[in-house]
Amino acid sequence: MDPALTAKLRILADAAKYDASCASSGAPKRVAGPKGLGSTSNGICHAYTPDGRCISLLKILLTNYCLFDCAYCINRRSSNVKRARFSVEEVVKLTVEFYKRNYIEGLFLSSGIIRTPDHTMEQMMLVAKILRRDHGFAGYIHLKTIPEASPWLIEQAGLWADRLSINMELPLQQSLEKLAPEKSSATINNAMGQMHERIVEAKEERRRFSPAGQSTQMIVGADEANDEHVLRTSDMLYSRFAMRRVYYSAFSPIPQASAILPAKPPPLQRENRLYQADWLLRYYGFSVDEIASGGEHGMLDLEIDPKLAWALKNRHRFPVDVNKADREMLLRVPGLGKRAVDRIVLARRHTRLRLDDVARLSGALRRARPFLMTDDYHPAALTDRIDLRQRIVPPAKQLSLF
Amino acid sequence: MLTRIVLKEGADLEGFRRAVRMLLARDVRPDEVMWVTADTPGLFGSAVDADAPPLSLPRAVRPLCEMVVCHSDPERYALLHGLIHRIARGERALLEVASDPLVHRLNIMAKSVRRDIHKMHAFLRFRKVDGERGERFIAWFEPDHFIVEAVAQFFIDRYRAMDWTILTPKGSLHWDRQALHLGPPGDRRMAPDGDDFEDGWRSYYESTFNPARVNPDMMRTEMPKKYWRNMPETAAIPALLRQAASRTGAMIEQEPAAAIKRNPAKAVAAMADQEPRSLAELNRIIAASEPLVPGGTRAVLGEGPQHPAIAFVGEQPGDQEDQQGRPFVGPAGQLLDKALAEAGIDRRKTYLTNAVKHFKFEQRGKLRLHKSPTAGEVKHYRWWLMKELDFVRPKLVVALGATAVLALAGKAMPVTRARGPAEFGGLHGYITVHPSYLLRLPDAKAKAEAYAAFVEDLKRVAAMAA
Ligand code: SF4
Repeated sequence: MDPALTAKLRILADAAKYDASCASSGAPKRVAGPKGLGSTSNGICHAYTPDGRCISLLKILLTNYCLFDCAYCINRRSSNVKRARFSVEEVVKLTVEFYKRNYIEGLFLSSGIIRTPDHTMEQMMLVAKILRRDHGFAGYIHLKTIPEASPWLIEQAGLWADRLSINMELPLQQSLEKLAPEKSSATINNAMGQMHERIVEAKEERRRFSPAGQSTQMIVGADEANDEHVLRTSDMLYSRFAMRRVYYSAFSPIPQASAILPAKPPPLQRENRLYQADWLLRYYGFSVDEIASGGEHGMLDLEIDPKLAWALKNRHRFPVDVNKADREMLLRVPGLGKRAVDRIVLARRHTRLRLDDVARLSGALRRARPFLMTDDYHPAALTDRIDLRQRIVPPAKQLSLF
Repeated sequence: MLTRIVLKEGADLEGFRRAVRMLLARDVRPDEVMWVTADTPGLFGSAVDADAPPLSLPRAVRPLCEMVVCHSDPERYALLHGLIHRIARGERALLEVASDPLVHRLNIMAKSVRRDIHKMHAFLRFRKVDGERGERFIAWFEPDHFIVEAVAQFFIDRYRAMDWTILTPKGSLHWDRQALHLGPPGDRRMAPDGDDFEDGWRSYYESTFNPARVNPDMMRTEMPKKYWRNMPETAAIPALLRQAASRTGAMIEQEPAAAIKRNPAKAVAAMADQEPRSLAELNRIIAASEPLVPGGTRAVLGEGPQHPAIAFVGEQPGDQEDQQGRPFVGPAGQLLDKALAEAGIDRRKTYLTNAVKHFKFEQRGKLRLHKSPTAGEVKHYRWWLMKELDFVRPKLVVALGATAVLALAGKAMPVTRARGPAEFGGLHGYITVHPSYLLRLPDAKAKAEAYAAFVEDLKRVAAMAA
């Protein structure tokens, strides 16, 4: 590959890596036409980097020049980081050539804001348009839209992209004001609301507009927001704007950090717990209040997952009878995932389950045991033991390498 | 006596299906069968009846069999036979009992095959060679199970317009943009040992890694080491891991950077003013944009002087308008011209445009059939229309028909009831029918009456705008 292009790629991939989203699922099923390239899938991770994260899309910025000055961002105008800028054709070429070699599922394109939001958004839209129209590209395209851009550009972008997203950035309005002086919560919320309307309308009218919906990201650990604040914001984002996903990105030290956000190791465990809580919110019927009640002072328990934390504080609801309990309650048993619960509900129509059976249905019986009973097993006093937590929780694991 | 069944090497779903039909028809118990695989099938201990009756089994059996026959475990056929035997002998819901030890084992086998397929989709890497037919892509991959045929469709769907070859120790696939050919096992040395884009890809891999989040266990769970040797980017892993801690430490210890640039307050303020500055600029944007309705070959822009007394807004260009690139030149436009003349309005002094700037149609043979825009589509175009009217600044804007009303008022209103003077945001307006409505009236008398009413409306409009 042309060394100048490689050099730009290094800069603009480095600048894009703090965005957590990488999903390539949810797009309508497509296959390559006779002259086209690419297809969609349920999400494929083509490689994993040593941080354990998946590479599904070519995630890059069009440019890391930016007129804004968001304190948490490596690309803010006051940072001394090296700058680069791709041409539209260069991004198209990288996407096509990487795709042909089966390195990626598609493109995730974002950008610093140069000249004007409209100018920037138009360049991104053009990348998507050229990929689709001139290359018959049927792979996945995710565009990070700029909330300040004019509506017509969003309309156009929605014709080509599978997913459009706008970053929430920070859960609290006042921190946005402080850390991202050029941004405004009102503009962001507005843009999300309009996006939601467009997506719903297009679906009703069977038109193509960002068919994989919208997603967003919040940075965790850059401001004072506690986990409960974060989860309430997510809850609002899911219910009001029908977000497909809310991503949490632990604020990570960056080269050229700003003086108002001194560098600290990223709160990875906190991020992990937030993802688990998010899951409980969406698929397990938990409310924000219930999840928050498992922790202390609005923060989740870092040592144990939020479902176990809730169960330990609500022991009177256990043990749950695997052969009788309804689905909702089974979902609340630590160690029983959605899959396991589905299998239990199906299997017990035909047979009575014993502890061995449950062991085959769930991968985490050790954690589940104190909270369930079967025909041949009852945890008796185990559920109420004061040291139950210590018995279940594995000895603290070194999570960071510092 | 043991029944010996010989199936083809690899995943022989067809052979297995025939054998199982025969075994069940003859009531052979699973423990009376010996399953072997060989390259030359057909050497049966006892022949398979090709015409044993098909079995009717619950729907979930087939997909499970499709996966499990690909498994490398030599016991796979015996286990499946055991399952089908029990189902056929009365345990119809057996597959729903995931806790049953046999079902459990088969589910795990199926999962392992699915994972292998998934990893092959994900971790296979093509390398390009230049041949007589242009570029050609070759990959070498080592799957755990007999999945080569099972992955073929995925790569065809994705790389239909490329020539490619996938080599594995368990068989090979060749695609020539038309047909798939299955070949014998390949050899690593038959694949090229590099590709022009691999250094770029490795650079990307290195740059997208965040040293502050290092978590090699997670990486190894998802991308086990056995795959690494066929993935060019993994060469970067040792160095990335070695340097992670020091890179992160350096970032944390570094003094917060002092801002280098002055605050470009002016540039940021100027952003608020990014919208098109003239009608010509707006028109350039519209002309260069993709239609937001199906059909439309080109944008038909508004026409006429700025700051006119009257602006007319129609629905969308029609067939004629789309061909000539001008608004109101088709049959409806001609009728409008006539009515304007009768009402004493000079068309050249008015501004004419449409709510939707592209001709939405459906191709039926040679005909292009007009289709009305949906509410959502009208909304997509609305921002352009409002900007356009901002520049044109007519004294009075006339909405011709329901679509124009929807676009100007932002909500739907029945024209019959709203007909007459109206306000659109800050604009003085007037609502009347679209001339194409007059053309569609079947009855001559009704048509004449409606036309007269339309001319009356135009006369009122002229008076209001005077
Ligand atoms: S707008 Fe803010 S977050 Fe986005 S690139 Fe610029 S500085 Fe970074």
